[in-house]
Amino acid sequence: MDAAALLADLQAAFPGAAPRPSADMPGLDVPAADLPAAVTRLRDAHGFDLLADLCGVDRGPAVSPRFSVVVHLLGSGHHAYLRVAAACPDDAAPEAPSLTAVHPGADWHEREAFDMFGIRFAGHPDLRRILMWDGYPHHPLRKEFPLAGMPVDLPAADVAAVTGRRVEPAPMMGGPFVSPGGTMAKAEPVARDESWNEENPKP
Amino acid sequence: MGNTEYAYNSKVEGEVIVTRADAVVNWVRRHSVWPMPMGLACCAIELMAAGGSRFDIARFGMEVMRFSPRQADCMIVAGTVTYKMAEVVRRIYDQMAEPKWVVAMGACASSGGMYRSYATLQGVDRIVPVDIYISGCPPRPEALLDGMMLLQEKIRTEGASLRRTFRGRTVETKVVG
Repeated sequence: MDAAALLADLQAAFPGAAPRPSADMPGLDVPAADLPAAVTRLRDAHGFDLLADLCGVDRGPAVSPRFSVVVHLLGSGHHAYLRVAAACPDDAAPEAPSLTAVHPGADWHEREAFDMFGIRFAGHPDLRRILMWDGYPHHPLRKEFPLAGMPVDLPAADVAAVTGRRVEPAPMMGGPFVSPGGTMAKAEPVARDESWNEENPKP
Repeated sequence: MGNTEYAYNSKVEGEVIVTRADAVVNWVRRHSVWPMPMGLACCAIELMAAGGSRFDIARFGMEVMRFSPRQADCMIVAGTVTYKMAEVVRRIYDQMAEPKWVVAMGACASSGGMYRSYATLQGVDRIVPVDIYISGCPPRPEALLDGMMLLQEKIRTEGASLRRTFRGRTVETKVVG
């Protein structure tokens, strides 16, 4: 697979396509609006017939464009990988066209990217959360979401009423947990500072 | 006619055991614990091993794993309880008949374990009352057996009362006898 020839062909069809810096496999940036057409062309004309992965990327609130959709394609005939990325034009309400019409396997990947990043996929047949419960108010992999979590209500109102519990933040209590090394008996991962937890805030 | 002999009779010696009713009830209960395997993660694999022939939980009278909460009286929470799954755990617990006990097997069920995150319940004791906590990640089957024998001991020494749920309230009935 000649990456330069591939890029030239795609740039002829989609003027917005550009090479994308990549350390492992050839990478391409395409405008979000051209993503389904570009993936269709890669599937039909260049043999990239398998969608290996689809995920979202958040570069943080200071960067624009903030959200991207990254697609990994594999050609089962020539065994070459290709990365195609599309930046979502709207930073506040990120949206990208769905690839489910091109690769049906994109269905759950797009649901996960929607769940974790809040990227809406236009044309998706069933865009619901897949990991968190319906009605969860946050998107946990966004940069502003704390690792410990946010306090929200339990998904079931009756269980919350009986137990009086909520979803509580779970700080790492000095973590991340690292192994101090040494013999096996002493190599258990521990936190460097265990003086704070849910009840006693971090000093 | 009827038995009118109230005095000591050496003929019946060795055939009569005198005890308290609650001791009998507890003896029956602790030797026929029917666990509900709430297998949610890798701890469930150890739970299966404990049920298999090598470790053989049947030696202690609690091998009758029932996947229906209606037929079980001890929920073994084996694995990571996410907030999404907490609702299911609580609902299954509510469907179990009284008296019932809960065993939190392993670090995740006891405290959330290594999953200190936005998605994981930090200990199943936040939604159901836990009787026995078993440490380990995952605990070996021997640890589970030890925990279950501790539960038997706890049932044996339980106050002589019949716990039951009546119209959503747990009421205690003292056994007199």
